Amino acid sequence: MPPAGLVRSDAPGDEPCADIVQLGRGARGIRGTVVQVGAETGTVPDCIAAAELERLLLEIGFVEGAAIEILHEGFIRGDPIAVRLDDMRVALRRREADAILVRVAGGSTHAAGSES
Amino acid sequence: MSEALAQQLCIALIGNPNCGKTALFNALTGSRQKVANYPGVTVERKEGIFETPGGRRIHVLDLPGTYSLRARSPDEAITRDTVLGQLATEAAPDLVVCVADATNLRLTLRLVLELKKVGRPIVLALNMFDIAERRGIGIDMDALSRDLGIPVVSTVAVRRNGIAALLRQIDRLAPESGSNGPGGWREPSAEQVRSAHGDAQRILDACVTVPGHPDIWTRRLDRVVLHPVAGILILLAVLFLVFQAVFVWAAPAMELIATAFDALAVAAQAWLPQGMLRSLLTDGFISGVGSVLVFLPQIMILFFFINLMEDFGYMARAAFLMDRVIGGVGLHGRAFIPLLSSFACAVPGIMATRVINNRRDRLATIMVAPLMTCSARIPVYTLLIAAFVPHRSIAGFVNLQGLVMFGLYAAGIVSAFAVTFVFRKRVWRGASEPFIMELPAYKLPDPRNVLMGVLLRARIFLRRAGTVILAMMILIWFLSTVPGAPPGATDPAINYSFAGMIGHAVQPVLAPIGFNWQIAIALIPGMAAREVAVAALGTVYAVGGGEAGALGNTLAAHWSLATALALLAWYVFAPQCAATLGVVRRETNSWRWPAIMFVYMMVLAYTAAFIVYNVTTALGG
Repeated sequence: MPPAGLVRSDAPGDEPCADIVQLGRGARGIRGTVVQVGAETGTVPDCIAAAELERLLLEIGFVEGAAIEILHEGFIRGDPIAVRLDDMRVALRRREADAILVRVAGGSTHAAGSES
Repeated sequence: MSEALAQQLCIALIGNPNCGKTALFNALTGSRQKVANYPGVTVERKEGIFETPGGRRIHVLDLPGTYSLRARSPDEAITRDTVLGQLATEAAPDLVVCVADATNLRLTLRLVLELKKVGRPIVLALNMFDIAERRGIGIDMDALSRDLGIPVVSTVAVRRNGIAALLRQIDRLAPESGSNGPGGWREPSAEQVRSAHGDAQRILDACVTVPGHPDIWTRRLDRVVLHPVAGILILLAVLFLVFQAVFVWAAPAMELIATAFDALAVAAQAWLPQGMLRSLLTDGFISGVGSVLVFLPQIMILFFFINLMEDFGYMARAAFLMDRVIGGVGLHGRAFIPLLSSFACAVPGIMATRVINNRRDRLATIMVAPLMTCSARIPVYTLLIAAFVPHRSIAGFVNLQGLVMFGLYAAGIVSAFAVTFVFRKRVWRGASEPFIMELPAYKLPDPRNVLMGVLLRARIFLRRAGTVILAMMILIWFLSTVPGAPPGATDPAINYSFAGMIGHAVQPVLAPIGFNWQIAIALIPGMAAREVAVAALGTVYAVGGGEAGALGNTLAAHWSLATALALLAWYVFAPQCAATLGVVRRETNSWRWPAIMFVYMMVLAYTAAFIVYNVTTALGG
């Protein structure tokens, strides 16, 4: 199980590796680095083809190595989320964010309120 | 030499959304802009003209914002096809000006790398350069130009800084252009996008230094504006302000326009000899023009707020907050502005669907906007409610008349959601669009751009929708007036007109929903605008105009309660508004969508009126 606070409490705890989470299941405040975009997560949505979603995410800047932080979440079921992505901000639904795997930086899981 | 100078050059502006591309377009062209639609699609085509110091006459296209040449939406397809020179109706651009937000270069650099594959001359304009400087972002323009292999200029479009340098580059590159054949570009694979990101990152590292504290203000503001509680309260306050402005602030100007055109009609009446021509000019033409112009105050006020919110960066935040709230039924997060405005009037509301980029999301919003209870329904509702619903309280505090009014509003909203749901689930089955959207940095809106945007919308409405609406108004006048009453006629003249004939002819169809022939006739001039039905009923029943009380008494004496309630139900749904259909025609660029709207609303109206009439009759109404 990942440490408390890393993953939203309602997300199933079947992460393969403790410090890598699907962005769509990340809690507000987590920071880290994108390690994979277009992940075959099995949860990727009925919405569009996974390959199409992958390119869409890449084009707006979700690319391996990008720095990421979940800044805000919507007030209904914490969806959508607003993330800092390198030096820009992007909003997306958790459903689509699931295709992004993030390696969470250690120790700063409650940094939501701090100035960067 | 002079021949070369006289040549016309086509350039295209391309860039990410929110990069200030439109501001640059405004700075280049001033008021010399032309807006139309690309043939066959709903995408807006913005073209402008300007001259360079070198004497070249330049046609400039403002292409829809995009992150990539790969296209998902019709907007993006237009951008791609124009740049590649694959659009049959569009000359391939001789030169591409790529506009970048200087504070946020990464994605633009990748776009430039993709654009270079097309093989046209490119100039990179680093816009909002002043904001980048203020934030301490250092950009080595020479290195950037060398690494990218294209000229780079800095601009501050809102203050027209750097425009001269951009024009010099255009003049310099002009002789090289000319080989504007089809561009060479192939859709990049995910791996190619990744490697382009890598290249962009290397260039960024080499040419740009970013301070440690980027844009603290946007971060701080977002903490309030996107807060689950505070954010919603702010959004509600903003929505209330916009609604109030469109509903209330526009009223004096609208009254002024209405009064002025009434006065004009009266004056014309005094000048012209009695007859059909006089009626055509005063009741048809002058009042028709008046009924077009009367929409302008609401449209301009609404677009003032929309442009302000877009410029400030709030629109994307509002869409973020609303996404889950109205996303469940299949509406886009941005649909709330058009829908809210439609409570005042569907015409500005439908124009406001411009804020939604995705075509299906936009069409779904357009289709349900007229179900919102617009202010033109209020005179009909109040007339019928006052005449038929007893003024008494239920359970001691709920006023029955108020309850019926509330029910009519609620019926509109609920049915709008239901119709969207059906459209999204049945008509456009298949994949729903992902919601992935950049939240731009906040910045102070530029008054000049906001104002130019407002005037642009006003012009588009008058030229494109206005002509359609005016034609419809004159048709409605014709139906209600021609042929005139025979000499010695005792009934109101409208009974002898085509409207009268149509009314009598369709009355059997309307009998099952409890409408008599008087109502059937009044519905025809009532197509001009919903509130006109009140005056039309007055005409048919030959009750002096304007006295709602007298008309109410007459109706109460002639109609059953079931008929009155059925007519109310009819007005919740019926497409009784030529202007709405005209503006849908303009916004969707085809008669198909207004036709679909007319039919589906008619079916809903008939069904609702049928149920209400028969249930009320069965209950003894």
